[in-house]
Amino acid sequence: MRWSLKAWAAAAAVTAGAGIALADYTDGVIKIGVLNDQSGIYSDVTGPGSVWAARKAVEDYCKANTCDGKIEVVFADHQNKPDVGSNIARQWYDVDKVDAIVDVPTSSVALAINTLTREKNKVFLNSGAATSDLTGKDCSPNTVHWTYDTWALANGTGNAIVQTGGKSWFFITADYAFGYALERDTAAVVEKAGGKVVGSVRHPFPGQDFSSFLLQAQQSKAQIIGLANAGGDTINSIKQAAEFGIVQGGQNLAGLLVFITDVHALGLQTAQGLIFTESWYWDLNDVNRAFAKEFAAANKGHMPTMVQAGVYSAVFHYLKAVHALKSDADGAAVVAKMKEMPTDDRLFGKGTIRQDGRKLHPMYLFEVKKPSESKGPWDYYKLRATIPTEEAFRPLAEGGCPLVK
Amino acid sequence: MSTPPKSWDMPVFAALVGLAIAGPLFVYPVFLMQVLCFALFACAFNLLVGYVGLLSFGHAMFFGFAAYIAGHLAKVGTVALPVWLPTMGKAWLTIPLSPLTPEIAILAGTLVSALLGLIVGVIAIRRQGIYFAMVTLALAQMVFFLCLQAPFTHGEDGIQAIPRAPMLGAFDVRNDFIFYYVVLAIFCAGFLLIYRTIHSPFGQVLKAIRENEARAVSLGYAVDRFKLIAFVLSATLAGLAGATKALVFQLASLTDVAWQMSGEVVLMTLVGGLGTVFGPIVGAAVILAMQTYLASFGEWVLVIQGTIFVVTVLLFRRGIVGELQGLAGRLEAKLASHSTSGAHRGPAE
Repeated sequence: MRWSLKAWAAAAAVTAGAGIALADYTDGVIKIGVLNDQSGIYSDVTGPGSVWAARKAVEDYCKANTCDGKIEVVFADHQNKPDVGSNIARQWYDVDKVDAIVDVPTSSVALAINTLTREKNKVFLNSGAATSDLTGKDCSPNTVHWTYDTWALANGTGNAIVQTGGKSWFFITADYAFGYALERDTAAVVEKAGGKVVGSVRHPFPGQDFSSFLLQAQQSKAQIIGLANAGGDTINSIKQAAEFGIVQGGQNLAGLLVFITDVHALGLQTAQGLIFTESWYWDLNDVNRAFAKEFAAANKGHMPTMVQAGVYSAVFHYLKAVHALKSDADGAAVVAKMKEMPTDDRLFGKGTIRQDGRKLHPMYLFEVKKPSESKGPWDYYKLRATIPTEEAFRPLAEGGCPLVK
Repeated sequence: MSTPPKSWDMPVFAALVGLAIAGPLFVYPVFLMQVLCFALFACAFNLLVGYVGLLSFGHAMFFGFAAYIAGHLAKVGTVALPVWLPTMGKAWLTIPLSPLTPEIAILAGTLVSALLGLIVGVIAIRRQGIYFAMVTLALAQMVFFLCLQAPFTHGEDGIQAIPRAPMLGAFDVRNDFIFYYVVLAIFCAGFLLIYRTIHSPFGQVLKAIRENEARAVSLGYAVDRFKLIAFVLSATLAGLAGATKALVFQLASLTDVAWQMSGEVVLMTLVGGLGTVFGPIVGAAVILAMQTYLASFGEWVLVIQGTIFVVTVLLFRRGIVGELQGLAGRLEAKLASHSTSGAHRGPAE
């Protein structure tokens, strides 16, 4: 036994060294991992739809260009938990040779993936998570933040609401990184525009019962109740607010992050009049409508959310950069190439990626239609304003990103 | 047990260590580290439930809290404690520290866990059976709430990006292969401590308490003190496992301290074999392998786990290792048909 132990140890030491050397080798496959919520409160917003969008981007790219070798899309469910998400990502990078991770809603998970991706020098294309810290204090040379962020949401929605007279605010905030960032960025916008924040309360994530938080909001007598949460949490808080008669009582709800699937779940009767900011809507133009039609056919008739559209565009641009470099081995080099090349795809049009990893494009301020105004299924939004690219995102100097010199 | 049967424990342990040393050549080292951490956690739990007969339903509090402490010390260092002064109200007592090296962070997490174990133990061991389980569960929920609300744990986000600084100033544990052998050493130390404990006179007293507490009292043993020591030891080793896990994944999160984790360790121990030396290790490996390799089934993993649990309880009440030992015992008895020993090694149920 003793002899064999020693032999094993020696064999282990020798091959361990070889194993480390082998890890540098890329396996001839461009492998993209879609990591998101497949079954929980963000699965409608991201979920299987994002996987479809990533596969579609690969298909479309390879139809228009010649693709080098094999491109593979895998996916997994991170259950909105940082530990589950980082376990999967670690395994993907170390064992399954995944080159880029896309989507990753839930900011707490996204921040974990952001750190891990930088450590392993891979690529993180974020579409689902909102926290503006990803391009602020936690910015990384391996991360691109594609679709939207909390600053852009706050800037669009917060300003619009203060201008229409909503001066005093109370926040109901999801108790994790995303909620804090959204509340912080919105409060800054509100105060800058001359409004004031009278209070806030944090709810567990994911939450079911919002009654005590809604009652606190009601007692605060604030004109606007800002919902700094998302997905199923937003749906539940709006529904329960209706049961408490909050809107009839003279207060207004501001959904700070609302997706089209949320509006669909709420129904126009409940959701009408909500004002919020998004970066993509299926009914804006013919190209979007064509994409949405294909998407709906493959996804139980749902229209794509901006996150799913963002996954498509991000993957498309990633493939361009990888093919320009003829290599997917060095994550930081791929992201640098992505920043160097202007972006151009059919869903987000022409744009650029800034030094801190922020993708730049216009944002849109939408209002949910009244039931009488809606002409058909999924016809939910009225465009109130377009926020031009230059004003849509946080100025480069204000983010505090260490990459910006 | 006048003449204890020849023990195969140490040869089996040596073979397992041999396998573990070669393991990372064939299996992903981070997964193996996870198995080792949970195996140690389950062994610590088994010490209490298998050898003292105390079913704790709150062991996640030691595992998870130690993970937070180790993670915080390795990443931030500075300790700030709230104090309530009669004149000034709430104030923060701050001990400025620079981030600590992993070995000190793990040690500190383990010590805090021991202290927590002492406090919980003093309260909980006054009751037996279901009441003991409920008291530990209640206290674990309090610790969970503390971890949810205390600023240093960062709520849902957890403590992320815990650095793996060089260990003992020499080992570059950022390399998973090197860290794996460190974790293996930690596991072996913890395991051997448990093994020594249950085979010492102290362990014999613990088993006596499990079999018949009233008789142990009548024999003059200070039962409560024995139980308390066993509880603290179990909590300490659970803490060691949790603190190590925090550095393996570079993350300490609410999952580690939630009540589901307390349930998971019960499951691991039962599937592997309650009150057997190797049962918890096998149980941890089986459950984690299922969670990892069946991850593509999503939420269905829980259903599969539940089914396996039910099947284990109905058909293999002694768990995998318990049944194997029973089988080996019967074979041994058949081979040496004139001998009557060997049928009972370890408790039957």
